[in-house]
Amino acid sequence: MDLEFSPKEQEFRQEVRSWLEANVPATPLPSMDTEEGFRLHQEWEKKLFDARWAVVSWPKAYGGREAGLTEWLIFEEEYYRAGAPGRVSQNGIFLFAPTVFEFGSKEQQDRYLPKMASGEEIWVQGWSEPEAGSDLANVRSRADRDEERGGWVLNGQKIWSSRGTYGHRLFGLFRTDPESRRHHGLTYFMVDLASTGVTVRPIPQLDGEPGFAEVFLDDVFVPDADVLGGAGEGWKIMIATTGSERGLNLRSPGRFLAPADRLLELYKERGNGDQVLRDAAVQAWMDAEAYRLFTFGTVTKLLDGGQIGADSSINKVFWSQMDVELHATALKLLGGYGELDEGSPDAVDGARWLDGFLFALGGPIYAGTNEIQRNTIAERILGLPRAK
Amino acid sequence: MRLAFTEDQQMFRETVRDFLAANCTTEQLRAAWAADTAVSARWAELAKIGVTGLVVPEEQDGLGLTDEELSAVLEEAGYAALPEPLLESAVAAGLLAEFAPASGWLEKISAGEATAAVLLPGQPFAIEAGEADLLVIGLAGEDGAEIHVVDPAECDLVAQRSVDRSRKLFKVGFTPSPETLVGSGEAAAAALARAADRGALGAAAQLLGLAKRMLDMSVEYAKQRVQRGVLIGTHQSVQHHLANVLIKIEFARPVVMRAAYSVARGLPSAARDVSMAKIYAGEAADLAARNGLQVHGAIGYTEEHDLQLFMKRAWALGAAWGDAGYHRARVAADLLGDAPAELTPTF
Repeated sequence: MDLEFSPKEQEFRQEVRSWLEANVPATPLPSMDTEEGFRLHQEWEKKLFDARWAVVSWPKAYGGREAGLTEWLIFEEEYYRAGAPGRVSQNGIFLFAPTVFEFGSKEQQDRYLPKMASGEEIWVQGWSEPEAGSDLANVRSRADRDEERGGWVLNGQKIWSSRGTYGHRLFGLFRTDPESRRHHGLTYFMVDLASTGVTVRPIPQLDGEPGFAEVFLDDVFVPDADVLGGAGEGWKIMIATTGSERGLNLRSPGRFLAPADRLLELYKERGNGDQVLRDAAVQAWMDAEAYRLFTFGTVTKLLDGGQIGADSSINKVFWSQMDVELHATALKLLGGYGELDEGSPDAVDGARWLDGFLFALGGPIYAGTNEIQRNTIAERILGLPRAK
Repeated sequence: MRLAFTEDQQMFRETVRDFLAANCTTEQLRAAWAADTAVSARWAELAKIGVTGLVVPEEQDGLGLTDEELSAVLEEAGYAALPEPLLESAVAAGLLAEFAPASGWLEKISAGEATAAVLLPGQPFAIEAGEADLLVIGLAGEDGAEIHVVDPAECDLVAQRSVDRSRKLFKVGFTPSPETLVGSGEAAAAALARAADRGALGAAAQLLGLAKRMLDMSVEYAKQRVQRGVLIGTHQSVQHHLANVLIKIEFARPVVMRAAYSVARGLPSAARDVSMAKIYAGEAADLAARNGLQVHGAIGYTEEHDLQLFMKRAWALGAAWGDAGYHRARVAADLLGDAPAELTPTF
């Protein structure tokens, strides 16, 4: 075991820290799910991109630094410790990009990755449908062949599409074989949301902002150039993307270490010796630390040539529960101030704890509910018989 | 950065695993329950593969390894619910190596010819004191810490009976004398603190192994038990009980590994890291026992079924070497920088 960072990695950390200290906005940006906030977050992404901090692990040709997994972890720790803005491009750069690198053609990579990295084009998830939530194989939105124009005509409805309200392009699954069932006959499409026939209906989330949207597709034409992988291969490709979501990419330890440290400070300021909240605050800190160590183990496994696979379900249940507990503890520490939202003159820290709490509540639901994750753990890791 | 055991460590651990799978069966555990001592011929066999002298310096015929290897081996000992006092012996060996290296005991421990019992400040009972060849006692008196090496025959021993009957516990009455004193002052206090950390880390490692064993047993049971015409393992309620145990185990493991790393190197964070390990492994074992019992149903509630052998060890170890309350208080004091005036372990 070696839990130290190398001199080169420490140098990298220092470089990240210095740049963030000089560049992170002094006052938090408005929510990325407001029109103004979305634009300001895009501008921030451009700033990151210009300094080559937007996608550190990507190839240099697409604006990255070819950073290893350990450096990526360091970057994330520093990013959240510095209180830098949330990543409006995260569904693209963290979830979708690994799939584009693995399954996309060179032409597709060249066409999409640079604008994804710079924040010019924000990507939107197109998985769920009204009848296909955690049961994603029940996708009904369809794509019919249009030989004449060399592409496909899409019809149907997607829902809970994060960043859908202001985003530019959607990635998701559509049924290309009308006779097919379940996970067969699905194809992975990339859809320009400015296309004719696309209607977006914003859906306000618990925090009141339209963080996700419903997307209606009526005879939307998508050229062959925007099919990822082959027709009918959508499910296999999708699995690769959701693996990234539950596993390492979306929720780096840095995202929890920073608020856990802030929670201890909050306890010191407002805990007033309360033993129950003291235990809860310390538990949240320990969980963030445990998550960091667990991730070290995962990174070691990946560096040794291993794969994440169904282990990502273990990960997802843990971080989503931890995030809720952490923020719930903070709200209890705030007492009567906990209910104030950012519109209140007396809100503490711009109501960031309430905001974080409302955001965290989605964790056990999105990316496959925790119940589905436990089924996966039971069947694919423990080898229990399939649930009836 | 690398969080994984080395190939050598892994090989050593697998050697111990294979040995215990063949030589520490549940029938043998039941025999240890019935006997006066849990130390059997197995102890000398463990010595042959280096386990009894694992942390004994090479000069005294040991392997001179660290708490990383010790915790890896103890996880296997936990998985098998090894009845011999491997951890207690290692804690005693650490103190002997520092304060009585020339006493001859270390060579005998390495050879499997002697077992050492240990009693640290705060510990109410000493395991195997009745049959041990020597007893290493730490005192935290007002005049400062002291370490004594004592002949158990000279002590007033009162046998107790643990819920886990392979843990042969004794209340120890003893009168310290200059002849038994081997160390005192700040060096002794620091050594006793390290010994307590080794103990808590070792308990955590065993709890991790116990949790894994109880989960494995429960999964196997859920795969073959049929009720209402279906395997009970097809029920989501059962699946989720077991998935929750696996999540606890998988997050406890890296926490225990990090603690081993910190103790092996004497890092400043070692005490806090050990406390975290004891908390996480203790919770994993506790949930594995509760959910395991629930999944087994009435058969798990009997002495006839083997699950009890592991549950009872888990309950005993959960409180031994500092319970969750003590370790939580220790982490909190470190993080919040407000250590209370008195923070003494309650074993």
